[in-house]
Amino acid sequence: MGNRETIVDPRGPIIFDIRNLWAYYGEKPAVKGVTCKIPEKRVTAVMGPSGCGKTTFIRCLNRLHELSPGARVEGEIFLRGKNILEIDPVVVRRRVGMVFQKPNPFPTMTIYDNVLAGYKLLGIKLRREEADRLVEEALRKAALWDEVKDSLHKRGTYLSGGQQQRLCIARALAVKPEVLLMDEPTSALDPKSTAKIEELVVELKKSVTIVIVTHNIAQAGRVSDYAAFFYLGELVEFGPTSQLFTVPRDKRTEEFLKGKFG
Amino acid sequence: MGWGDPDRIFYRLCWGLSLGMVFLVIGIGITLFWGSLPSLKAFGWHFLVGRIWDPVNEKFGALPFLVGTLITSFGALILTLPFALSSGIFLAEYAPPRVADGLSTVIDLLAGIPSVIYGLWALFYLVPLVRWVEMKLGVIPFGLGLPTASLVLAVMILPYAASIIREVLRMVPHELKEAAYGLGATRWEVIRGVSIPYGLSGIVAGLLLSLGRALGETMAVTMVIGNRSEMPRSPWDLANTMASVIANEFTEASKDIHLSALIEIGLLLFLITLGVNILARIIILRLQVR
Ligand SMILES: Nc1ncnc2c1ncn2[C@@H]1O[C@H](COP(=O)(O)OP(=O)(O)OP(=O)(O)O)[C@@H](O)[C@H]1O
Ligand SMILES: [Mg+2]
Repeated sequence: MGNRETIVDPRGPIIFDIRNLWAYYGEKPAVKGVTCKIPEKRVTAVMGPSGCGKTTFIRCLNRLHELSPGARVEGEIFLRGKNILEIDPVVVRRRVGMVFQKPNPFPTMTIYDNVLAGYKLLGIKLRREEADRLVEEALRKAALWDEVKDSLHKRGTYLSGGQQQRLCIARALAVKPEVLLMDEPTSALDPKSTAKIEELVVELKKSVTIVIVTHNIAQAGRVSDYAAFFYLGELVEFGPTSQLFTVPRDKRTEEFLKGKFG
Repeated sequence: MGWGDPDRIFYRLCWGLSLGMVFLVIGIGITLFWGSLPSLKAFGWHFLVGRIWDPVNEKFGALPFLVGTLITSFGALILTLPFALSSGIFLAEYAPPRVADGLSTVIDLLAGIPSVIYGLWALFYLVPLVRWVEMKLGVIPFGLGLPTASLVLAVMILPYAASIIREVLRMVPHELKEAAYGLGATRWEVIRGVSIPYGLSGIVAGLLLSLGRALGETMAVTMVIGNRSEMPRSPWDLANTMASVIANEFTEASKDIHLSALIEIGLLLFLITLGVNILARIIILRLQVR
């Protein structure tokens, strides 16, 4: 377990209060006793070498982890004071959206329907003007509107990888989540698309809390306000990015930032 | 290198055998066509629309059998559809992997039971059941006929259709389902909104393959359809299918024109099943391209 002084509580409002979180695949723990607070309307970067439990950790935050066979979670995750492990996962997932590593728009749906997927799948009926407005708003927020406004009724899979990823961001934003989880959202993209998404992340934190997993230390430096460093399933260090990058308190964080491991 | 190389010999052998199989299919088609010629010449298009099948007076119209085959096959497909869909969905999405594998093995075993066994089972259990229903409904309680044949066909193609639907649903990419769960969809909403639309063409292809089986199924149907070579007048009527009229009359056909007419029915059945199967394969091919 990370010791007290390496886990710094953020200043300002807190959205997630995570206490002694353990996540397992079968008998094997992948996240080991994580305790930290996630600040609201900030970007928090989750870093660490491959296999250290970053994906598993953020998948706990919207209860996607429990979909994996044999998966189990222990501990408490308070979202604005309520333990999400005790509420209906369907409700949690609408408040906490997710963008995945590989862009995954629904290939059977148009761009328009992809953005509204969070409503269509659940059978929520929208009036035409309301739907149009939601689509435009979400696509504008995802900085994709200008590129697709004339092809809204084409399949989402015709878009480039970077555009598909922004479509997935729009799809997640359309249901108006409080938190957006992003699991290495740029690792499958070229540098230009990556820069666009990074810009977007910084822009989005005005309206939504972002937790972003990244392999890329420079990216974490560019986009995040707070950073978490995981090692072998433990949260080793958590604090303001500037502080964690300049004066890391744990030796493992320092070595990671110097590029000693993966 | 050349002919002496075992690798090449094997390669050529495989090619030869595959080509041989293609020629076999073409050969069967040609043989049927050849055998049908007298009937084709005598009746022309009237063979397809003729309602009278009267070997004694040498009047041969195949419409009753076409109708019988289509009603029983499509009836079976419609009857089996809800069960095939729900068990395919259950096996792919709900059952724990071990249970699903166990059940799938049982289902595959069901698909391997000889059709005469299904026929016997239908005689013992389905016929009384259908008769009971017919009495309740106030129609002539044959027990045999179109409903019984459709039911036994439905049971026979169910394992086949269910396991194809299971396979199709298992091919749906995990990332897509997670994307839907991430939006707050329930398991059923994911199946309805993501898995089924994604697998739709595969499901249709699987149902077509099952239909192909039903169209050509002979033994079990012959045992329960009633073997009456007239146009069925109601869905409860006795009837005959293309396959069962051939099975019933071929050994007894003494006149050349009767034989030729039966062969022409065989040719029709061959073309219909070939068409249905080719259509299904085309859909599957297009699916794989995507
Ligand atoms: N579905 C699974 N079943 C069993 N073990 C898993 C599963 N997914 C991940 N693991 C294990 O859990 C540990 C943490 O994996 P996780 O995917 O969270 O790491 P990560 O930090 O996201 O890695 P990466 O940077 O490679 O994405 C690893 O040891 C991994 O092998
Ligand atoms: Mg990961």
